[in-house]
Amino acid sequence: MTACLLAIVILAACSTQAAQPVPLKSGVEFASADVRSLQQDDFANPGMLWVTRGAKLWLEPAGSDGKACGTCHGDANRSMKGVASRYPRIDSVSTGLINLEGRIQQCRERRQHAPLMAYESDELLALTAYVASQSRGIPVNVEIDGFHRAHFERGRAMYYQRVGQMNLACTNCHDANWSKKLGAETVSQGHGNAYPIYRLEWQAAGSLQRRFRSCLSGVRAEMFPYGAAEYLDLELYLAWRGQGLAIETPGVRR
Amino acid sequence: MYPGNGKLSHVTTDFTCRIRMLVLVAGIAVLSPRADAQSAAVTFRIEAGEIRTPLAADAGDATRGRAAAAARDGGNCQLCHALPDMQAVFAGTLAPPLHGVGARLTEGQLRLRVVDSSVVNRDTIMPAYYRVDGLRQVAAAFREKPILSAQQVEDVVAYLKTLR
Repeated sequence: MTACLLAIVILAACSTQAAQPVPLKSGVEFASADVRSLQQDDFANPGMLWVTRGAKLWLEPAGSDGKACGTCHGDANRSMKGVASRYPRIDSVSTGLINLEGRIQQCRERRQHAPLMAYESDELLALTAYVASQSRGIPVNVEIDGFHRAHFERGRAMYYQRVGQMNLACTNCHDANWSKKLGAETVSQGHGNAYPIYRLEWQAAGSLQRRFRSCLSGVRAEMFPYGAAEYLDLELYLAWRGQGLAIETPGVRR
Repeated sequence: MYPGNGKLSHVTTDFTCRIRMLVLVAGIAVLSPRADAQSAAVTFRIEAGEIRTPLAADAGDATRGRAAAAARDGGNCQLCHALPDMQAVFAGTLAPPLHGVGARLTEGQLRLRVVDSSVVNRDTIMPAYYRVDGLRQVAAAFREKPILSAQQVEDVVAYLKTLR
């Protein structure tokens, strides 16, 4: 009897770990009407400034060989369609986990022999937003098996780990309490399908990792540096958790 | 600064001293996730779901307490709770409204909930406002510091008592 009860308790505990919210809702559904309309109109969406700049950078030669992204990849509207939906993913050469930003950097390093762009620089955000926007409407579809598995598990553990002086984990807000109010803000499910986003509070575009840093700062936790392995693992877990949500880049949030 | 049964087991020169709860009631000891914590400067008693003895020598001041409760770098209570005398438009709904909480709970129960609500409900999302152990990855600026000072805890408790 005791063993049976214990088994039920363990099963219940497992089923609450690593679950997709039901129903899955993109962050835009929790935004106010004015923010929603900003995102939905490409002429009003401030994130489109980064996308437009990215389109320009796509064709701009960089590095010693004078190659642009478009030299190899051609028309991004076709070649980049759906790509963002599969990131983060394992890089077949290094077998390490990379996100879309990392993939772009890798091309600069290995193919263009150009200097790396700083993480969170306008250039890298612009190219990332441009590439990701080619996948608008396409559902997130990341892999979590094989080499991905360890990263996924670490990302999951991080998602459930309480941190900071406020002692809160991602799950405390984004699973247990989405749709409730944190001050004047509505708590979302915490998906990354609209990143990079334009955030009114930043008055700029920012990456998902910048958003992580905002949350960590909010709970008064130590932050990792941009590009840290911890963030990449968490990005993979979040992508899986939002698997099936359509990509919306560039999103707009308050 | 820590009168009554607040017994200093070692003294730090820093006001932001480490805090440890000495859990005396067996039933509560089982619930405490930090019964093995070693860091300690001040110990205080939790009895039957209450901390009955004030943490600070000066009596709590409700006016100061309201300010500490509202401050973004203080309690920031309205982020999660609606409060009867604060602007409703900024009130969170992550936690129950505090209307009438001063009548529903005793002073000792209020103090325990401000100090460390996880003693009452281990799964709570409410931060412990006067605790520094059992936390991970705390930003350097806040390490080894409770969110509120002992006096602020008393002030906030005095304020909450006025919500009847």
